[in-house]
Amino acid sequence: MSTLVSRSLCELAQLVNAGKASCREVTEAFLDRSDQLEGRLGAFVSLRREEALREAEDADRLRARGEVRSRWHGLPLAVKEILVSPNLETTCGSRILRGFRAPYEATVLGRVREAGMVVIGTTNMDEFAMGSSCENSAHGVTANPWDLSRVPGGSSGGSAAAVAAREVPVALGTDTGGSIRQPAALCGVVGLKPTYGRVSRYGLVAFASSLDQVGPIARTVEDAASLLGVIAGHDPRDSTSMDVGVPDYAAALDDPPTGLRVGIPREFVAEDGADPEVLERMHDAVRVLEAKGAKTVEVSLPHTPYGVAAYYLICTAEASSNLSRYDGVKYGFRSEAATLDEMYKRSRSEGFGAEVKRRILLGTFVLSAGYYDAYYRKAQQVRTLIRQDFQRAFENCDVIATPTSPGPAWPLGERVNDPLKMYLSDVFTVTVNLAGLPALSVPCGFTSAGLPLGLQLIAPPLEEPRLLAVGHTYQRETDWHQAAPEL
Amino acid sequence: MRINADTVLRLADLARLSLSADEVERMRRDLEAMLDYVEKLSEIDTSDVAATAHVLDIATPFRADRVADLLPVAEAVRNAPQHDDSSIIVPKVIE
Repeated sequence: MSTLVSRSLCELAQLVNAGKASCREVTEAFLDRSDQLEGRLGAFVSLRREEALREAEDADRLRARGEVRSRWHGLPLAVKEILVSPNLETTCGSRILRGFRAPYEATVLGRVREAGMVVIGTTNMDEFAMGSSCENSAHGVTANPWDLSRVPGGSSGGSAAAVAAREVPVALGTDTGGSIRQPAALCGVVGLKPTYGRVSRYGLVAFASSLDQVGPIARTVEDAASLLGVIAGHDPRDSTSMDVGVPDYAAALDDPPTGLRVGIPREFVAEDGADPEVLERMHDAVRVLEAKGAKTVEVSLPHTPYGVAAYYLICTAEASSNLSRYDGVKYGFRSEAATLDEMYKRSRSEGFGAEVKRRILLGTFVLSAGYYDAYYRKAQQVRTLIRQDFQRAFENCDVIATPTSPGPAWPLGERVNDPLKMYLSDVFTVTVNLAGLPALSVPCGFTSAGLPLGLQLIAPPLEEPRLLAVGHTYQRETDWHQAAPEL
Repeated sequence: MRINADTVLRLADLARLSLSADEVERMRRDLEAMLDYVEKLSEIDTSDVAATAHVLDIATPFRADRVADLLPVAEAVRNAPQHDDSSIIVPKVIE
């Protein structure tokens, strides 16, 4: 293994900026590593070897002339296969979008390109980001680098696995109910879901529009802060994008919060869902912060036990509406039929996988006449209560700490036939999306079987700098993020 | 809540999906399990609670009504499974 691939994005930037490595050498090292591992891992849907090397060489030439677009100019990243660009095929892990190449570019990919970063490939995901295990993809499953017989988590499982395996230093994921944080936790890397509206959704294929958000997956909090700085900011093409300035996230890291109050939600700890080992690691992590001057306070989020129910009613309702656009007419897969209606039905039935159909049907049910008030409206009201829980809790603390996931990575295939059990694994992450808050998952140790676990830190809206500073403080005191899976 | 096969077929028709007999039974079972689970929301009294459709407190932004970059027609139809230079081709809609 080339030593380059064990470096973080910030370390690689230092090497390249000091002339100790070229962008081409760096990009090639990660591509070689990916070629060597992909047969076993399946984290990527596509690798752009030739284009990426050409772009890296261009970056070297420009850098030599002093035309440096950013510190990250010429450095590699991977992109979840749900962000569109004319340069990439975007299928969202679905047969129904086979061959789709958008005529326009997602805003986040435009920002990454303007920073001069090199997309080395697109990463695997659960179909349309619906899943917690990366097993619902038309491109096959992705394995967890720490144990190839286990899931990497989902839906951004490909991005998390690729970063954990040192196939790429950083990657973009998307998070609707935990899809960045949970795979980051299960693969032992860092994942950040920004505040809803912090990052543009233009060119992010919609699953549940009121919940979806793009964010970074990295090995260090510092790298996550760097990538967030590249992608965050107002976009007139996304009407839900917030018109507020972007702070210097990297600078915030060196400003560790004093007198930090860490809220521990009573309900999360008392929930019967979490493994004892998971709770122990979380408390160990909080003790590390206490040793650095933090105080812990008990807080209450009484509607947490209703989070999964409210989330699955809202996200399926939004998904059933968003996914009505896949009809075999405008793009993707078409199954020929004599009538238009039959063509819609055949294309959708042959194009979508089982989990997507299940969610479309549930969403159609909760939005249908006679059930709307009892299910969809009720879930939206509970969403209000969940938001208020957080608002009240943040009156007494600065960040909230929980486990990211109730347990470590589970064996491939274990939950594919039990959707409810799969949904319940999202219990600690979904309420954050319902409330639109930023949250960070940081590696916080391993189970006795050697599987990674994550600590989730949640903050009030737009307090990413605080989250990143706390996460960075934690990583300076621990070395969990330095551990590499044996591959 | 009990869900029968007719309900699944009606939902499938609304969502423009056709399901095999096996799929109908599997979806029926999964929908029923999910609806039983979400029944726990009825434990909460929400009679005085406003619904949250969206977390952001933002108004619809307006922009000037100006002609900007237009997607060329040939580009717009390029992804359609069947198309010519300017149109998407579908099965006959009007007899």
